[in-house]
Amino acid sequence: MIITSDVSKSYGETAVVDGVSLQLPKGGITSIIGPNGAGKSTFLSMISRLMAMDKGSVTVDGLDVAKTSGDVLARRLSILRQDNHMTARLTVHDLVSFGRYPYSKGRLTANDKVHIEEAIGYLDLTALSGRFLDELSGGQRQRAFVAMVLCQDTDYVLLDEPLNNLDMKHAMGMMKLLQRAATELGKTVVLVLHDINFASWYSDYIVAMKHGRVAAQGPVADMIKPEVLSSIYEMDIKVHEIGGQRISVYYG
Amino acid sequence: MRILLLAFVGTLILACISLFVGVSDVSLPALLSGTADARAVEIFFISRVPRTFALMLAGASMAIAGLVMQMVVRNRFVEPSTAGTSESAALGFLVVTLLAPEWPLMAKMGVSALFALGGTALFLRILKAVPLRDVLLVPLVGIMLGGVIGALTAFIAYRSNLMASLLAWNMGDFSGVLRGRYELLWLGLGCGVLAYIAADRFTVAGMGKDFTTNLGLNYRRVMVLGLVIVSVVSAVVLVSVGSIPFLGLIVPNLVSLVVGDNMRRTVPWVAVGGAGFVLACDIVGRLIRFPYEIPIAVVMGVVGSAVFLYLLLRTQRHAG
Repeated sequence: MIITSDVSKSYGETAVVDGVSLQLPKGGITSIIGPNGAGKSTFLSMISRLMAMDKGSVTVDGLDVAKTSGDVLARRLSILRQDNHMTARLTVHDLVSFGRYPYSKGRLTANDKVHIEEAIGYLDLTALSGRFLDELSGGQRQRAFVAMVLCQDTDYVLLDEPLNNLDMKHAMGMMKLLQRAATELGKTVVLVLHDINFASWYSDYIVAMKHGRVAAQGPVADMIKPEVLSSIYEMDIKVHEIGGQRISVYYG
Repeated sequence: MRILLLAFVGTLILACISLFVGVSDVSLPALLSGTADARAVEIFFISRVPRTFALMLAGASMAIAGLVMQMVVRNRFVEPSTAGTSESAALGFLVVTLLAPEWPLMAKMGVSALFALGGTALFLRILKAVPLRDVLLVPLVGIMLGGVIGALTAFIAYRSNLMASLLAWNMGDFSGVLRGRYELLWLGLGCGVLAYIAADRFTVAGMGKDFTTNLGLNYRRVMVLGLVIVSVVSAVVLVSVGSIPFLGLIVPNLVSLVVGDNMRRTVPWVAVGGAGFVLACDIVGRLIRFPYEIPIAVVMGVVGSAVFLYLLLRTQRHAG
């Protein structure tokens, strides 16, 4: 379980994340949704110790992220932010291999190699594994990054906008993959998602943020409701039930 | 692997040529058959062999230093001479030469390395304060910083009648290499080996701070290790043979185009390429107006700026 208490971050006078206390359940997919500037990405960065908090604390299975050694955390929790600019010219295979760094420190064992091939296969990158990242499309690159994070084989997988740059087919493939990781491998997946329909379809738990605070949280059935969504996004959102799934319509 | 072997053999051949180019007549058959006169043998072991070693050591370690710097700064176009590092090393060497002329060379080199480290830290500090969108502006800032530090150094040297020495430090030249006056360069190779041992860390650092943290490494620590390596190599090369511009830029960039940036794979390439490139430039410098010599810094500057231009234009095309 990830427990955050009173997590805060401000830039100058503006509080980007303002005293967020949450308990993210272990297992399943948790999606963090909310309008632009709600502090979702900043919050995720603080949970994963990429960014220092001004106040508050975060524990992951009892480990305080600010105090636990980076090396230990790297085997528990992995994070992928959005907009990754990589200047290093690496092949897909090299990149994914570095997901094993926390375990092997660069000397890959047979077990590491199994993980690497699996991750590359999961993300449908086998044909591209020898290509350099700068020769790939945005979507292919995004899949390579996710493959690296999966290769890290951590209990907690945190992804900021993993569907960025992905076409419909790969976006769905990505969500199905994360679902499998959660159900079959028992991973806890925490996502920042913009597409509330993807969140509705695949999440087990949804946290909505607004103005740096938690606006609402709960299982899909409690969250994907016109009155909840409309107040979060300050717009008119209708929710239809189609084949047992709640689909929001907000196009005009 | 086969190509790397080929490059290695090519470098060895260049090394052999380098052994037998010069004003004094030293020939391989004479050396082997023992018919060479004592003077030729002496020249061979006191001047030619050290010079060839010095070329390879300086070339390999400067190229590796450039590679490490490009990874930790995450910019293709930085190297010790485009980041204020070499100029700071020269300033440090000048200061210690003025204040403590009796210190052994090793200690002077240490001071020079500390200055190099300080100058590079200042460069990174400036980069942090002025976030630059364009990758090409980063080395420009470094060159400007180097210019300011260089001007300060020149001023001090001018006031203390050390202009000639300063010129020698800034203009890499292997003609003065003799046995007993180049051995410090082995320390540079030691730094290169250290860089190879830590290669995976540097590759991870090259992926950026977030990736580094995610993989459980302390970004700052990797960065400091890298900059220490770069500073020591710059200082060692500066005090032994004088600074060699562009080398750390050209070789890693060309290697990157072919084999990428996974340092575990590229360090041997860069080392061999650096050694070979320096050997080739030195041989050209020795032959072009034989029996006189052109300092390697001049040859390297001409060849290097051409390759640098090519790389720049290539980047622009890719960006557009």
